[in-house]
Amino acid sequence: MPINYYIFVSIALFCIGVVGVLTRRNAIIIFMSIELMLNAVNLLLVAFSKMHAANAGQVYNIGIDGQLFVFFIMVVAAAEVSVGLAIIVMMYRNTHSVDVNFLNRLKH
Amino acid sequence: MLALGSALMVITSKNPVYSVLYLIVAFFAISGHYVLLNAQFLAIVNIIVYAGAIMVLFLFVIMLMNLNANMNLQKNKLLKFAGFIAGLCLFLVLVAALKNADLKNQLALTNKGDIGLIKNLGMVLFNDYVVPFEISSVLFLSAMVGAVVIGKKE
Repeated sequence: MPINYYIFVSIALFCIGVVGVLTRRNAIIIFMSIELMLNAVNLLLVAFSKMHAANAGQVYNIGIDGQLFVFFIMVVAAAEVSVGLAIIVMMYRNTHSVDVNFLNRLKH
Repeated sequence: MLALGSALMVITSKNPVYSVLYLIVAFFAISGHYVLLNAQFLAIVNIIVYAGAIMVLFLFVIMLMNLNANMNLQKNKLLKFAGFIAGLCLFLVLVAALKNADLKNQLALTNKGDIGLIKNLGMVLFNDYVVPFEISSVLFLSAMVGAVVIGKKE
């Protein structure tokens, strides 16, 4: 499979995530759009790692760093989701809404 | 293409629960791409961590807040339109920049290669990347403490 296809699919997924962040006002959906962007980057990293493995031929372990990087991105994303959802729950407890427009002033 | 369609549904559906379900479909489609690229370990981890753990957390928070009762989110048509145009412009610029990149004959290896197996990944992870691995464990500990501290009633 040519690498171009993976690049374009990843760009499209990333841009869908960007549009979601920019247009939706619900904090949870903004958070899910961020997850979508992270996954677009992960997909592209895996595709590039396999591209380098294909270029290297029989050389052992070429391209394995990319997959480990994806693994670390998933680890960080899991930690980020736990903290972010805790912040959203606290925000809902304070304002009784998840609309990010209520957060435009950070005090009181 | 299932990934793209369900990703579009994530940001367009009104009900957040439907968004979560479509996001699970998108994650499964991305895991399918990983399997096609012979990255089996990442495919399994993607399903377990994202579709399993993170989405359950999202669903739990949505059910906890009972969002359907107060769907009076403010709507701003102009802002929404501007965001859509901005995203579309980003997409067009990236595609136009990368369309003529010299990648026409670079192939991503599908259905062969064994660098995605747990054995090889684990060897490299615990030989060369031990320090980031341990740092990520500390990150998890601090995230856990942070989530408990934030979520605690004051």
